[in-house]
Amino acid sequence: MTTDIATAAEAAEPIVPGAPPPQPLRLDFWRGIADDNPVMIQMLGLCPAMAVSNSLENGIGMSAAVIFVLFCSSLLVSSLRKIIPGEVRLASYILIIATFVTISDLVMQAYFPLLSRTLGPFVPLIVVNCIILGRAEAFAGKVKPMRAAADALGMGLGFTLALCTISAFREIVGNGTLLGFHLFGPHYEPWVFMIMPPGGFLTMGLMFLVMGWWGERKKAKLTEVAA
Amino acid sequence: MTGHAHGHGAPPAPTPDAGSSSLRLTVTLALFGALAGAVLAYTYQKTLPPIRKFAAERVEVAVKEVLGSPAKLDTLFLVGDRLSKTPPAGVDALEAVKLFIGSNASGEPTGVAVEEGSPGFSGEVRLLVGFHPVTGALTGFKVLAQKETPGLGDKIIKDSSFARQFIGKLANPLKGDKNPTTDPSTVQTITGATITSKTVIKVINKAVETWKPRLEAYAKGGGQ
Amino acid sequence: MISNLAWIFFSTLLINNFTLAMFLGLCPFFGVTSKVDTGWRLGVANTFVLVIVSVSAWALNTYVLTNAPYLRTIAFIVVIASMVQIVEMIIKKSLPTLFRELGIYLPLITTNCAILGLALFQTTRKYSLLEGIFFAFGAGLGLTLALSLMASIRERMDLADVPVVAKRMGLVMVIASCLSMAFMGFAGMGSG
Repeated sequence: MTTDIATAAEAAEPIVPGAPPPQPLRLDFWRGIADDNPVMIQMLGLCPAMAVSNSLENGIGMSAAVIFVLFCSSLLVSSLRKIIPGEVRLASYILIIATFVTISDLVMQAYFPLLSRTLGPFVPLIVVNCIILGRAEAFAGKVKPMRAAADALGMGLGFTLALCTISAFREIVGNGTLLGFHLFGPHYEPWVFMIMPPGGFLTMGLMFLVMGWWGERKKAKLTEVAA
Repeated sequence: MTGHAHGHGAPPAPTPDAGSSSLRLTVTLALFGALAGAVLAYTYQKTLPPIRKFAAERVEVAVKEVLGSPAKLDTLFLVGDRLSKTPPAGVDALEAVKLFIGSNASGEPTGVAVEEGSPGFSGEVRLLVGFHPVTGALTGFKVLAQKETPGLGDKIIKDSSFARQFIGKLANPLKGDKNPTTDPSTVQTITGATITSKTVIKVINKAVETWKPRLEAYAKGGGQ
Repeated sequence: MISNLAWIFFSTLLINNFTLAMFLGLCPFFGVTSKVDTGWRLGVANTFVLVIVSVSAWALNTYVLTNAPYLRTIAFIVVIASMVQIVEMIIKKSLPTLFRELGIYLPLITTNCAILGLALFQTTRKYSLLEGIFFAFGAGLGLTLALSLMASIRERMDLADVPVVAKRMGLVMVIASCLSMAFMGFAGMGSG
């Protein structure tokens, strides 16, 4: 029902040049999680995906900050899309993003001090995370707030999915724990390499290899069916 | 570029030239900047008390651990090369370089704690070092920051027997040995983390060497 | 004093290499490392910007933002964007050949996490002006080193018979992991 209304409203507004084609909100939301996953498919935001993924707790903290910043800035950019002059839109977007990033950094310092100390400068570094500026420029600045919000949530959750998978894998293998709980008993010798920097690159590489293999298999099946 | 920008004007009346005058651009950006500044100033005011409270608590917990919960705790600040009861002008007390003196119930100092650091295996190792102001005997240390190898170098935090053996040792200067020892100024290093263990010893020696003379000069000056 | 500066420089260059150990500047590391020439040129341009930004960040921290630390992130990003613009104009005027070679990569330096990362790390570590400059040189040359190494390996990879599955990012990531592992061997050289 709601999606139909949204589609109708979208159709009533003249299409902005370069704007994404109208589609149900549901699809705007799902695209970021699956088909257009920011980390796994678009390969954006790799820096936090590897730098703070040595434990699941760090991964969750980082994801929460990114979802907050992405959602708020997308919503605001979309609401102000008719006020922001085109020539200074990038500067305005960065200003908006930096403001929300600083807010999340201060709130984390105040209420999650230990997590904030481990993440350190990687929270303010969200400003230059390409996912957020990318969504503002490619999507939020051209559509209605409802669509921008759905897209931001989807992209944010897609980032969370990727980051939490990577960080859970690295923590389990590299430290023998998950969220601090020991999984394998005292005789497990953790593969410490995985929670150190090279382990980040390796985990990411393994993930891309598995996805490449998956894609190839799918393609092979399709040709088989066709033949 | 401009074609792109037109899309952002209200569709029924796209007035790109009038709407994009440099005055309007400047005013919009300045307005955004001012708004952002105001929002951040407000958030900062709201979050500052808990942030400062946590920072102060963190220092207090570390100092108490290193000095064994003294009855009274005083703070001295480093001004130039001398100790003083007040921090240097214009520097926040939380940020200033300082020394903590713990005293027992009768007011006699039982230990001082200072922060010191040195490059370790893969990053700086920062410690809070506690020692007796007169004898120089160590009362303990606490690792404040480190980036050593997990499973090896980080035993300086995780292996409590390593930290415990420092209590009562004399830093004149302190030495490390890979075998167990009863020598009053030698401690046993961690197998597989020799460099990290030696860094801890180095930091402790540096702390006692730099701060004990300052403390003695302060005491000679009658605590001025 | 000198040993401290040397430690900052070498630890940033090798032990805690910005790209291979701290994951800063990954976009150019994966994006523009298909040719050695562009790789190291971009590294040098980045080093230049890093040093300028380090000095500006120090000046901002010492003279402007003393009472408003909450404006740091915004101030840094604004300064970085304008510095990149100025550097771009200077290079365009005085070194037109280099300007043409760098092309699109020059404005893209603004969104390189290594630049903002340098300003932020320098602030948390409370570096002085001189320490900051050594930090920036170490970071910039470290970036140049990582970019050149990666680019020379990828130039060879073009001629190698690679399984289809690994053609895109997979193999590049595993190579980055090996490089990062090699750089771990530098650990420990600063102490003792």
